[in-house]
Formats: sequence, C-alpha cells, structure tokens
Amino acid sequence: MAEKSKLSIVTNGLVKENPVLRLVLGTCPTLAVSTAVSNALGMGFAATIVLICANMAISALRKVIPGKVHLPCYIVIIATFVTIVQMLVKAFAPELDTALGVYLPLIVVNCIILGRAEMFACKNNVVDSALDGLGMGVGFTLALTAMATIREVLGNGTWLGFTVIPESIPRFTLMTSAPGGFFTFGLLMALVVWYETKTNNKIERKIGCAAEKEA
Amino acid sequence: MALGVKLASIVFSMILVNNYVLAKFLGICPFLGVSKKLNSALGMSLAVIFVMSLATAVTFPIQIFILDANGLGYLQTIVFILIIAVLVQLIEIAMKKYMPPLYNSLGVYLPLITTNCAVLGVTVLNVDNYAPDVAVYGFGYAFAEAMACAVGAGLGFLLAMVLFSGVRKRVEMANPPACFQGLPITLVAASITSMSFMGFGGIVENLFGV
Repeated sequence: MAEKSKLSIVTNGLVKENPVLRLVLGTCPTLAVSTAVSNALGMGFAATIVLICANMAISALRKVIPGKVHLPCYIVIIATFVTIVQMLVKAFAPELDTALGVYLPLIVVNCIILGRAEMFACKNNVVDSALDGLGMGVGFTLALTAMATIREVLGNGTWLGFTVIPESIPRFTLMTSAPGGFFTFGLLMALVVWYETKTNNKIERKIGCAAEKEA
Repeated sequence: MALGVKLASIVFSMILVNNYVLAKFLGICPFLGVSKKLNSALGMSLAVIFVMSLATAVTFPIQIFILDANGLGYLQTIVFILIIAVLVQLIEIAMKKYMPPLYNSLGVYLPLITTNCAVLGVTVLNVDNYAPDVAVYGFGYAFAEAMACAVGAGLGFLLAMVLFSGVRKRVEMANPPACFQGLPITLVAASITSMSFMGFGGIVENLFGV
C-alpha cells in the first residue's frame, strides 16, 4: 500500500469516514449534548484531546501491549486521559462541567475512541495516529455542531447564545428535548444518505459499537 | 418519608420519566443495534439489568469506603470502568461454567456491555445522586436508593428495547423515501417513541405524592 499523505489522514475523518454520520459511532454523546452549540463545541474539544492523546499513547505502546489483553490496556489508557481532561474542565471551565454532566466521564466508553484505537492506532506510527485522532475529533465536533445548530436555532431561537430568531416567534421547544435529538439525527443522516446516492458512493451503515464488535 | 415509598418512586421514575434510553440518551448503541429481533432485545436487556445491579452493588461501596474515605474521588472513572470490565468477564466465565443454558442465550451480549455507556452511566450517576445521602440517612439507606435506581434503570432499558423492537418490525415493512431507508427512519421512529414517553412527565409525583 502506498504511503498515505499526512493531509489525507486528517481529512479522512472529516468527510469520508466521519465518525458520527458515516461510521455511526458515538451516538449517545451526539444526541445528548447537541442541545446547545456551546455544549457541542466543548464536548467535541474534550473528545478530540482524548482521541489525539489516546491514539498517540496506544500507537507508541503498540509493540509492548500483548494481544490478549489489548482491550483492558486501551481502556486504562483512555480512562487516564479522560480523567485528566475531566480535572482540567472542572478547574478551568466549571460551567461546561455542569452542562456536560455525566457525559464527560462517559467519553471513556465513547466508541469512536476505542474504535480508532482498534482500527488505526494499533497499526500505525505515532504521528499518523495523532493526525488520525485530530481528523476524527474534528469530524465528531463538526457533526455535533451541525446537530446543535439545528436544535438550538429551532428550539431556543439562539446560536451560541446569540438570539437569531426574534422573541415574538414562538420557540419549537421540542427540538431541545429528547425526541428532537432523535429526529434531528435522523434528518441529518437522511440528508447525508441522499447526497451519497446522488454522488454515487453510498455505503452500508452498521449501527454503532455493537455492530462493530459483532462483525 | 418511608423508605419503601421512596424506593418505589425511584424505580418508577427511572422506568417511565427518566428512561435512560429515551430521555437521557444512555445506551443508544444497543438500542439501535440489537433491537431488530424481540429475542435479542430481551436477552440484551436482561444482561444489562444483571450487570447494572451488580456493578452498582460493587462500585457504590467502593466509592464510599475506599475512594472517598481516602480522598481518591478523582480516580472514579478509571476504577469504575475497570470494575465493570472485570465484572463482565467474571460473569461470563461463571455463567459458562455453572449456567450453560443461560450463557447460550445471554452470553453473546455480555462482551458488548463493557462499553455500554448506560452501565458506566448508572454507576456514576448513582454516586452523584445518592452519595450525599450517606451522611444524612446512613449508608444502608443510600445503598438501597442506589440499588433501586440501578434496577429501575435496567427495567426502563428493557421496556424501551422491547417496545422499540415491536415498533421496528412495523417500520421495516413500511416503504419510506429511499434516503430515509434503514437507519434514518429508525431514528425518526425512536423520536416518536421517545415523544410518547414524555407523556409520563409528572406521573411519579402524582402517584407517590413526592
């Protein structure tokens, strides 16, 4: 296989293998924190940092970790970085900590991170793994922000806290509650599938982490 | 308030109002991935109830007596995920040896549970919600609350999975626009299921007068 260019590794995660809309990983945080753009950006940023660090560490240790216990090892590495990010967020952005709540520690079980460790970091060198983590993280953030934009504008009339729909128009508050999350995700997914069919590169979607391990 | 009423109100609110899947978005992967057939939906949910209760029974005392007592609260995430991973492995081994029929029906779902965010979620949320009660009402009371919450969350997961596998049967026979086929229409169906659960808001307050 020809050496992949560094740029293509980064852009791979943005569009071709967008973790949320193409690989359908990390659905729980996507649905849960996309009620406001600020939460989506915070979550995306936290997950990106964990992805880059965990990918680098796992890639650096890939020859040391024995195959039989690779999963527990990956989980410990990921949990360590999540704890570090958790402490940093608590110290420097306490409002974000309150907004994300339990979803911040739950980055540990975000299948994007474990998935990338299994699919990419354990086979590639440190620099490529870091770039892959960056691409995937930004792809995750983009998808989250797109969802949050739809939900916050329709449900709350604001974008990143700024009012964009005049107060006189009633809010469609259902969008910021649970059903709105599922609905927006479904619509966004349908839009992506529609574009794929148009450009003729439709892919078969497996659903989430469960499908990944059953395969 | 009597402990019994409190526990019943926790269980009911976890099943109907704060349903983990439909209201809190925890455990979406198995909800979308394993709900195609009623049998597998049932198997997965039973395994989840089992692991959730056991994980809470182990992690809650560990948090109170080991981590908090020694000022190690920040290790929560690492410790909990490891305990869950180890527990799932142990259950798998024990089940394989002593309960082969149960293993044959639930075994395939067990490895998937380690990375199920609903299980880690329930242990973390239990500590967040009920650890302060230890100082007020004593450990036994808080532990009972946490266990009720874990069992209720598991039952809520079961209800959502079973209901949704029925909804999905109908959705699969429908004929949506091409771009909605598969996952997108499933998500829209989940949205409507979730909307129907919003109707339960306030039911617990009225039932138990809390």
